[in-house]
Amino acid sequence: METIITSKIVLTPLIPMVTALLIMASKNKPNLRESWSVCGALLTFLSVVYLLPHLLAGGSYKYTLFTLYPGVSIKFHLDGLGILFAGTSSFLWIMAGFYCVGYMRGLSEHAQTRFYFCYAVAVGGAMGAAFSANLFTLYLFYEIVSIFTYPLVAHHQDEEGYFGGRKYIVYLMFASKAFLLPAMVLVYVQCGTLDFAIGNVVPGIFPHNAAPLLVKITYLLCIFGFAKAALIPMHGWLPAAMVAPTPVSALLHAVVVVKVGVFSVARVMLSVFGIDILNKLGLGIFTAYLASFTIIVASMIALTQNNLKMRLAYSTVSQLSYIILGVAMLTPNSITGGIIHITNHAFAKITLFFCAGAIFVATHKKNVSDMGGIGWNMPFTMIAFGLASLSMIGVPPVSGFVTKWFLALGTLDIHNTILLTVILVSSLLNAGYFVPVVYTSFFGKPNPGDNPSSGFLEGSPLIMFMVIPLFFCAVASVLFGIFPDFFLKIINLMVVR
Amino acid sequence: MEQYLIYNSLSYPILTVIVAVPLVGSLITLFIRGDRYLKIWGLMVTLITAVLSLPLYSNFDLTTAKYQFAEFRDWIPFVNIDYVLGVDGISVLLVLLTTLVMPLCILCSWSYIKERFKEFICVLLLMEAAMVGVFVSLNTVLFFIFWEAMLVPMYLLIAVWGGARKDYASIKFFLYTLIGSIFLFVAIIAMYVTTGTFFIPKLMAHQYSFSYQMWIFWAFTLAFAIKVPMWPFHTWLPAAHVEAPTAGSVILASILLKMGGYGFLRFCLPMAPAATFYCMPYLITISIISIIFGGYLALGQNDVKRLIAYSSVSHMGFVTLGIFLLNDIGIKGAILQMVNHGITTGALFILVGIIYERTHSREISDNSALGMMMPVYVTFLVIFSLSSLAFPGTNSFVGEFLVLLASFSKYKIVGGLAVIGAILAAAYMLRLVQKMVWADSDGHMHHGDKSHLFDLNFRETATLAFLTVFVFWIGLNPEPFLKVMDTSTTHLLEQLESGRHVVPTGKHHALLNGVGESIKHVLALK
Repeated sequence: METIITSKIVLTPLIPMVTALLIMASKNKPNLRESWSVCGALLTFLSVVYLLPHLLAGGSYKYTLFTLYPGVSIKFHLDGLGILFAGTSSFLWIMAGFYCVGYMRGLSEHAQTRFYFCYAVAVGGAMGAAFSANLFTLYLFYEIVSIFTYPLVAHHQDEEGYFGGRKYIVYLMFASKAFLLPAMVLVYVQCGTLDFAIGNVVPGIFPHNAAPLLVKITYLLCIFGFAKAALIPMHGWLPAAMVAPTPVSALLHAVVVVKVGVFSVARVMLSVFGIDILNKLGLGIFTAYLASFTIIVASMIALTQNNLKMRLAYSTVSQLSYIILGVAMLTPNSITGGIIHITNHAFAKITLFFCAGAIFVATHKKNVSDMGGIGWNMPFTMIAFGLASLSMIGVPPVSGFVTKWFLALGTLDIHNTILLTVILVSSLLNAGYFVPVVYTSFFGKPNPGDNPSSGFLEGSPLIMFMVIPLFFCAVASVLFGIFPDFFLKIINLMVVR
Repeated sequence: MEQYLIYNSLSYPILTVIVAVPLVGSLITLFIRGDRYLKIWGLMVTLITAVLSLPLYSNFDLTTAKYQFAEFRDWIPFVNIDYVLGVDGISVLLVLLTTLVMPLCILCSWSYIKERFKEFICVLLLMEAAMVGVFVSLNTVLFFIFWEAMLVPMYLLIAVWGGARKDYASIKFFLYTLIGSIFLFVAIIAMYVTTGTFFIPKLMAHQYSFSYQMWIFWAFTLAFAIKVPMWPFHTWLPAAHVEAPTAGSVILASILLKMGGYGFLRFCLPMAPAATFYCMPYLITISIISIIFGGYLALGQNDVKRLIAYSSVSHMGFVTLGIFLLNDIGIKGAILQMVNHGITTGALFILVGIIYERTHSREISDNSALGMMMPVYVTFLVIFSLSSLAFPGTNSFVGEFLVLLASFSKYKIVGGLAVIGAILAAAYMLRLVQKMVWADSDGHMHHGDKSHLFDLNFRETATLAFLTVFVFWIGLNPEPFLKVMDTSTTHLLEQLESGRHVVPTGKHHALLNGVGESIKHVLALK
């Protein structure tokens, strides 16, 4: 099918931006403001759905908005990878839209208009990144996401918030200026263009006679430049960002922001360098080991965390590397496993964060050790938590299993037992830090000092605003595990088997 | 003359007019009474000049590297001094920048200047005439007259309407620039003695011996390096910026600094091509030092104006770096960076002026946590700060990207070093924004402080909104701007290429040679 040139695809990144302005304009009317947020999310998702049929039929869309310099332009192009990320993020924004209402009102947070404004812009930035057709456009939206999430991280405007915010912006801006900017220039110097090779992941855009050393340097600059992918040692910002309100941690630091990072890494690996060069220079397997290291180390750190959100943060660091690991193994199976994890991890991790937030709003508890017996007060929340944990661990039939199945197949394809061991060991580690939470919440004893909170806590309307979306996400996780075909079909569009 | 000039075919002699209107306007100022009328008069004159200068863009012939809209009159025939004006792709954007920034200078002084309003408007208009004159002169004597004519009004701007240490700052500015001009003057005379002409295109066409080129190259370079300013001649700039009134700072940052870059492109490169190639390693080294040093110093400043002043040193380092990479992308990037710096830094100084009017302090600590009280102000502050740190999608990104592109495609190490400047820019601008918007307050620091921390009024908003348009226009669609300079840049590179083969003679460059070789070695300038 043909590539359609249409400005319609600009709509998807544009809708959240317009939503943000509407939110700003109705700052004194909370109900209107929050309905804008939900409507914007809904419209964004619908615009993605609208583009889907043509893509499933094998076509694609593209549109050039501005040309800055020959080969450097603001240009959009939608393919399988992009629509998977965009669809996931925009759908979860709808869930988060409802959840935010419960959370922010439940805690009577300050500066809510700023919060919703930045939230919408950040999602818009992610949409733009998903739709970008060249490195410059990707960089532009990547940076928009960085800047507009700073006010969200530092939202509480207390000492802790400012400290976290500073760490966050320093990591991200330093990496993008120090690594990404030169990487982009070097790509242009070597290729004469920044446009992705979309539609075929094999050739990349580098000329055949490119100097290997320079290509390697460019590659390293790229993968460390996208610090949002949180590869060790560029992961420090993610735990620091957990000072943000939980809806931010949930949608942005489990789905939108971090996925912009891994999406960008995957995009650069597949559409800029291409499988050929990565194989030839041994960069693929190098990245795979780097990701494996991150998976294991971050999981071990997660084991030691008592604060639930911190535990989830390190779990995120580790899970993101599954995506990179999958792509880096460069076989059709592994790439499928990696990319499908964008969706699988998103649904599961947002559930976990939503749960952490709901628990905090209902009981003001942050630490795992304080959560003894809480499952009887908040059964739906903790059941959802349990389901999402199963997905993280990779137990069938929950969606995480699909990821690990394809990743394992990938390691067998390249006959690498070390990587296979990493996947298996990391699953054990995942179980090691998630199972205790579920166990404590149902079978643990409340701390002696606490006055035991009694009764069913999920009845009040504000809490319902949180519990319904989170339960929905958990159920979706299970469904995606049982019926993964739809996502596999989208991924097959770009991965040649 | 036709081989160099395309005579003006508009219904009015546009270049003379845009020099003469502010000049006459400034004289008429002396006969106007009442601050209110003076302001309106100043605004009218600058606006009329701006409107009259617009055909320079719309009627600009993109296909030729000749000097356009040219005017030629005999002036002092017995020493061959003519009155020749003209613009090409290198100068036309700077002329337009000047005419468009000047109305903003009047607007930002509207309530800032409290005394001697008549003199102030008079001086500003004189300044405009001189600045436009510098960019449009095609005769070295005329150029020099305008160049020197800028000195006195600028001195007065700082010395009369300046801050606490205005005497020190104004004298320092005056002396530095004057020393530079002396060398400029000597070079001009020397070239007349050799060639018998003051006409710039003819001076470019003449071929000089290598050692002669070296002498005039360094004479010009000294003058322009002070003006840019390049490290180690930059120390006058922070002093001048801090003490100057807002309009003075804006003129200084937006236009005066550009004269240095313009001078390099107009004199050094085409007139001393062999020497330029020969001295390139030094200039690149100095540019890199300016970029890093300026950025590093900006990081430590607690005075907002001083911070922006040092950031100018760093940004102008990118300009000279782009120029002395001596390739197409670099020079285009440099010219664009000059325009961008004019827009962005001008706006930042206007922003500082606005807050100074409210709090009477330029210290970051006295102007912190404004987010809650002045949301519109803060929005503009964020936009221009992001532009200053070369955020993608804003104007500075394009210029900086082109310069980096030129450096990486020629000398990777130079590119790598220049990136440090980009990192520092992000650091000091984000630090500034963070402190001014939030600091470490919970957002309610100035609550109840409405008496003096009021948000922007219509005049201030309009001033900044005008510049914002350019931030995004150049940032997203720089094509029209790059096209203007295309032919002239190509022509300049041809001049360079044809003149570079003059063989170095004599042994008196042994030291230069040795140092140059080692720099080349370190920076891998092979």
